[in-house]
Amino acid sequence: MRYLPLTDTDRQAMLATIGAGSIDDLFIDVPESARLSGPIAGLPPHASELAVERHMTALARKNVVAGEVPFFLGAGAYRHHVPASVDHIIQRGEFLTAYTPYQPEIAQGTLQVMFEFQSQVARLLGCDVANASMYDGSTACWEAISMARRLTKRGKAILSGGVHPHYVSVAKTMAKFTGDQLVTSLPTLSPEPDTLDLINQIDDDTSCVVVQYPDILGRIEDMSALADAVHAKKALLIAVVTEPVALGVIKSPGEMGADIVVGEGQSLGVGLQFGGPYVGLFACSEKLVRQMPGRLCGETVDAEGKRGFVLTLSTREQHIRREKATSNICTSSVLCALAMSAHMTLLGEAGLRRLAEINHVAASAAADRLGEVDGVELVTDRFFNEFTLKLSKEARPVVRALADKGILAGVSLGRLYPGADDLQNGLVVAVTETTTEEDVETLASALQEVLA
Amino acid sequence: MSTINQSGWRPTSPEKGEGSSDTFTGNRALMLEEPLIFEIGSNETTGVDFGEAPSGKSRLGGLERAKPINLPGLSEPEAVRHYTRLSRQNYAIDLGLFPLGSCTMKHNPRLNERMARLPGFADVHPLQPVDTVQGAFEVIHQLAHWLVTLTGMHSVAMSPKAGAHGELCGILAIRAALDAKGQQARKVILVPESAHGTNPATAAFAGFTVEDIPATAEGRVNLDALKARLGPDIAGVMITNPNTCGLFEPDLKAISDAVHEAGGYVYCDGANFNAIVGRVRPGDLGVDAMHINLHKTFSTPHGGGGPGSGPVVFSEALTPYAPLPFVERQGDHFILVEEETAGEHHAGSFGRMVAFHGQMGMFTRALTYILSHGADGLRQVAEDSVLNANYVLRAMEDVLDAPFAKSGPCMHEAIFSDKGLAEGFSTLDIAKGLIDEGYHPMTVYFPLVVHGAMLVEPTETESKATLDQFIGAFRSVAARAKNGEPALKSAPHHAPRRRLDETLAARKPVLAYKDAPKAEAAE
Repeated sequence: MRYLPLTDTDRQAMLATIGAGSIDDLFIDVPESARLSGPIAGLPPHASELAVERHMTALARKNVVAGEVPFFLGAGAYRHHVPASVDHIIQRGEFLTAYTPYQPEIAQGTLQVMFEFQSQVARLLGCDVANASMYDGSTACWEAISMARRLTKRGKAILSGGVHPHYVSVAKTMAKFTGDQLVTSLPTLSPEPDTLDLINQIDDDTSCVVVQYPDILGRIEDMSALADAVHAKKALLIAVVTEPVALGVIKSPGEMGADIVVGEGQSLGVGLQFGGPYVGLFACSEKLVRQMPGRLCGETVDAEGKRGFVLTLSTREQHIRREKATSNICTSSVLCALAMSAHMTLLGEAGLRRLAEINHVAASAAADRLGEVDGVELVTDRFFNEFTLKLSKEARPVVRALADKGILAGVSLGRLYPGADDLQNGLVVAVTETTTEEDVETLASALQEVLA
Repeated sequence: MSTINQSGWRPTSPEKGEGSSDTFTGNRALMLEEPLIFEIGSNETTGVDFGEAPSGKSRLGGLERAKPINLPGLSEPEAVRHYTRLSRQNYAIDLGLFPLGSCTMKHNPRLNERMARLPGFADVHPLQPVDTVQGAFEVIHQLAHWLVTLTGMHSVAMSPKAGAHGELCGILAIRAALDAKGQQARKVILVPESAHGTNPATAAFAGFTVEDIPATAEGRVNLDALKARLGPDIAGVMITNPNTCGLFEPDLKAISDAVHEAGGYVYCDGANFNAIVGRVRPGDLGVDAMHINLHKTFSTPHGGGGPGSGPVVFSEALTPYAPLPFVERQGDHFILVEEETAGEHHAGSFGRMVAFHGQMGMFTRALTYILSHGADGLRQVAEDSVLNANYVLRAMEDVLDAPFAKSGPCMHEAIFSDKGLAEGFSTLDIAKGLIDEGYHPMTVYFPLVVHGAMLVEPTETESKATLDQFIGAFRSVAARAKNGEPALKSAPHHAPRRRLDETLAARKPVLAYKDAPKAEAAE
């Protein structure tokens, strides 16, 4: 077995040193009834690299690859070009095969990356501080709602209809068990989110209001007025960002008054990967940091006075506080955070802005072109790189029909909101720098056919 | 040869110099200092080429960013060098033995990485129509089959993102099952004192009250004390097996029977599954739910602290309450059971835990590893991991206190205490001494039931020669701690940094770089 260095001679010598007659003697504490006498029946034996590669490649070939067809899916996961050096960097064995930096003297590489990541994310989201990552955007969103409950000692969270339905689902699951009250609603196919309705729902029991920016339909809106209304009731505004590239050209949520900003960092440096692993972002103001979940890296000095980095404020965390911890999170998503950080470093201010401009202009042109198709109405007014179309037919079968033509046309709202009658004709379309004008043209003419 | 200008040239020979060895740069040859990106990058620099600024209609309507983000950029050569230099300040499995107990730091095969990067897995969107992602579902289905079969359980939830998230999944299923039976009054989860911190944190996060179960002097769950506490308020127990002292819980079946009889459920923390994979099925021991850390037993990379992946296997009793979504086979077709398609059959599901369907990138790696090992190889994994740990235990027990060594063999990790170290010397000093010897230290001060605990998990991917060398170093450092050698107190001496001031970091937190990048500052 190529991953096992011990030879039978080694094993015999080691058993003799230990004073055991056989390997079975080391499993003596296992009750006899639970001991398996040999390899489990019905499972295949070990296989060569070549054989495994053949098996996995055959499975991979059964999927339609996003990069090989006209592709327009977003809704929380975005296809962007990732520079080759990002993948090279995360495959450095010293990053890939290290663990949580419990011994900082020999983990300064990971720790400095965490510190840089925290600093980049805080700036991007417009907050003072960010943590070293969460599992993903959906779990970060729930953690933010929990944090708002701890800070305000109130149990009612109001979630905008523009928040990703999976994120809302996760929060609903958790709230069932924690007793939090969630006020949720479906989005409406309107050009702007209904902020006034949110404002009207805020009361003295409200811990937080959660909005997504850009939202699930791609819409963007200034959240300053909402922030004022939330703060007037001493509640917190939580903003969710699932497409951080947008922040290259639009104001950050922090700038507009959000207290906690969470997000999904996948679109910078991390590929689609069928949904994971991704990287959850979590940022807030400095004064809230002691109620923050997750790992934090901080700057300090070593015994010789040299600058160095350590994990810090661990008294919030489960390994110290156990049942009194701010969260049960342990492992986060550091390798994906490295990928995101490296991509941001390669882009820099100028590159991120240019990337965002390219996305926006391409999406804007695509919206105009698709809006010309008979039976298609452009719903979204202000957006970044994703917009919603209202089709003259139910969108789900349209998406399936287009997939049969080799086009991955977008995410139908029927997929995201089964049973919501008013949304079934909605199609959310994302356009990035990877989308060509030919792709848009192909989609436009195919849509014309399918809707005819 | 003759083309070299040899005037003044001669072969080097070792020469002893006098005076300070400090350098102008602070670098020490291959040990290179590296500034922060904020100190070397600028707002103008970029390592990615795009064309000219595009022109077209803006639909940002007043939300245009007015102020810079101040994200420093680096050109590609600078960026590659920055991260390569940083990487060299890390210890990693690729560099040597990483005996961090309870973390299973085994070799991460590179075939896993290659397979995860096949475009058919890496470049697929989670919301593509199901007909276009049948291969992805088949990967999930095959991995699920292996996990269920290896554990002897009934079903598996694949979506949890890491071990602690898997714990949460199992605990929520227990809550849902109790609620379905009208047993809302069962609010207490019993957790052994030796448990990972995530266990009590998870139970509390899910709204349970946590109570400790005492341990026996042999480091196992005290069955009698546990039985005495069972009653109508008990929701269940969380047991780690093998436990965090590195010992198999021989009474686990008896514990499960007693808990079931009292109306509760048994959660097993599967962090230490590596010791028993292929040799013992937790399902045979009465377990109702157990998470499996794919980043431990099944070799997906730890990545400096994630991403992990924590599928949870369930007994038949808890299966109806498992989270959404999951993949089901219908003939030769795979479907995704989500909120919409769950229907009556899955009406008891406690709901969704994550966006999309879980850590697909980890599933492809874990399946690759499992197929590489096969049923026979995985059994050998357990045997070699246990053999390696016992080899270390017996080689060390005459120099370090091994509190449970007399009660028999350990499983995949060996535990020692700080008993017998010189006055003023601690487990931490041994850890830092091992750093100078070129090793990542073992887990220290965990579990809490052993004073100054040192938990050593060598894993099966270490050779006998590597273990012999490690044992030599470990014995040497332990002897220095027992003899009270002053230099050990200030170790490490040869790492990229000396001991760091963690108190300062917590008292005056600096969690982000504050100054603007240099280009901004110059304006």
